[in-house]
Amino acid sequence: MPRMTCRRTTLLVLGILLVLLSLVSMAAGRVWVPLSDWLNPGDPRWSIIFELRLPRTILAIAVGAALGMAGAAMQGYTRNPLADPGALGVSSMGALGAVLTLYLGAGAAEPWVITSFAMLGALVAVFLLLALSGRASSIVTFVLAGVILQTMAGAGVALALSLAPNPWAVNEIVNWLMGSLADRSMPEVQTALPLIVVGCGLLLMIGRSLDALTLGETGARSLGVNMAAVRWMLALGVALTAGASVAVTGVIGFVGLIVPHLLRPLVGAQPGGLLWPSALGGAVLVLAADIAVRLTPAAGEVKLGVAMAVLGGPFFFALLLSLRRRIA
Amino acid sequence: MSRLQAQDVQVRLGGRPVVDGVTAALESGTVTAILGPNGAGKSTLLACLAGLRRPQSGRVELDRDDVLAMAPRARARRIGVLPQTQEVAWAVEARILVGLGRTPFIGSSGLSIEDAAAIDRAMAAAGVVDLADRDVTTLSGGERGRVLIARALAGEPEWLLADEPLTGLDPGHQLDAGELFRSLAHDRGKGVIVTLHDLSLAARIADRVIVMAAGKVLADGPPAQALSPDVMARAYGVRARVVEGQGGPLIEIVGRGG
Repeated sequence: MPRMTCRRTTLLVLGILLVLLSLVSMAAGRVWVPLSDWLNPGDPRWSIIFELRLPRTILAIAVGAALGMAGAAMQGYTRNPLADPGALGVSSMGALGAVLTLYLGAGAAEPWVITSFAMLGALVAVFLLLALSGRASSIVTFVLAGVILQTMAGAGVALALSLAPNPWAVNEIVNWLMGSLADRSMPEVQTALPLIVVGCGLLLMIGRSLDALTLGETGARSLGVNMAAVRWMLALGVALTAGASVAVTGVIGFVGLIVPHLLRPLVGAQPGGLLWPSALGGAVLVLAADIAVRLTPAAGEVKLGVAMAVLGGPFFFALLLSLRRRIA
Repeated sequence: MSRLQAQDVQVRLGGRPVVDGVTAALESGTVTAILGPNGAGKSTLLACLAGLRRPQSGRVELDRDDVLAMAPRARARRIGVLPQTQEVAWAVEARILVGLGRTPFIGSSGLSIEDAAAIDRAMAAAGVVDLADRDVTTLSGGERGRVLIARALAGEPEWLLADEPLTGLDPGHQLDAGELFRSLAHDRGKGVIVTLHDLSLAARIADRVIVMAAGKVLADGPPAQALSPDVMARAYGVRARVVEGQGGPLIEIVGRGG
């Protein structure tokens, strides 16, 4: 199939899936609400749909799109298919930022404080990642830089846990570490959505530059790409998307790793052209995973972040195996 | 006519001068080859001429404008660069890779009809039309080199600065690429600057040869003059003689030592 046709078909299929899954996400859960009952405000299930499941569905789409696009952009910039906010510790550093707000006193529990700290943590992480891996951007140094960041974030969170003032704080911290979409409401949507939209906008603006980076940094610069500007826009874009996502849902890893990898054969490997499809694919993946954890019969609900890690871990491993030739 | 001029350009790396006070005025319509032993500073000089590297002192001017002061996109439209590394990070089709050469022209609406025409011309000129749909990462080194030459041509710049563009090409394709550079300069009035290692090839395709050693210009002139046995001895530490071959002068390396 010609590339353009294949690309359009893929986007169309993803779009249809997204609509269908959104409807399922609104209807599915402990209480099934058939479509016919949606428009009856007198029905008690009306509030389940519009006060619980609607924000949850919107957040799943927004966070999935944010993580998918952030992963695709990081991979384009680093020319490394293993780059992902979750796998390389950006999300963990965001979570550490969010956790630290618990120590700032009661006044700091405002959503915007938590969100700002999460984004700050993510921003620091992106810059550390770029600094640690240097300009060579070899896959090995990148993964090692990610390991260092994960370790640092893990140590910080462990410290926060052991110093936790009360059991409530411990519970809260654990929630950051294992991302979930359960019991989210409209204020969370209002906090995260604008930031994610702005972050995605920044990432989309550097699409052409990411394409040019296929030729390496010298090649891109010779084509008029301003690398300093691209680096800043990438860092801010990832900090906004991944940071805002972590702030409202906690760490959900591997979305940005899995989605671009699966889409590359279908829509082409050009990094800029992969941004939109990865956002769409990320939204579909997170939405599907969230519906799955909701419907899994268990005493409590399985955390979405845990489910993604169970799925993503082996995927990461397989991807690394397939890249052995390039790494050696 | 366009003029690219280096004035007393100096680049130091780790305290060591890599380019040491080079002054040269290059003119469009000619093919200039920069030669010299490994570490002579050829690539660094080329990067300075392209406006991709800031010299510690001295300046580079394109028609009296400082190349470093030009807006990156405007500069990229006028000066095309073919880097030495054949880096291609992703498995994209050759035609898409060549299309990256249009980056300085692309607005928000994507490739225009004009862009597509320029890509077609570049691929035809570099002889890679039949590779258009191939994944670049599966091409041989020489095929990839030719696709990358097409990429550099796609922007149709006034100046083409190519760092070892012929390395890895077989003799037939070396000749084709050499002819391509000559026709760009002589028929289309472009300025072509290439760094090379093959002396005979340089003698054959270049109108002007600049021989560098230890960051300085050792000789600068027409090939017959710049590629003299004396210069070869001082630049490379080899005994060489110039033989009149059928297709042009051949530089035979007789042995080590001056």
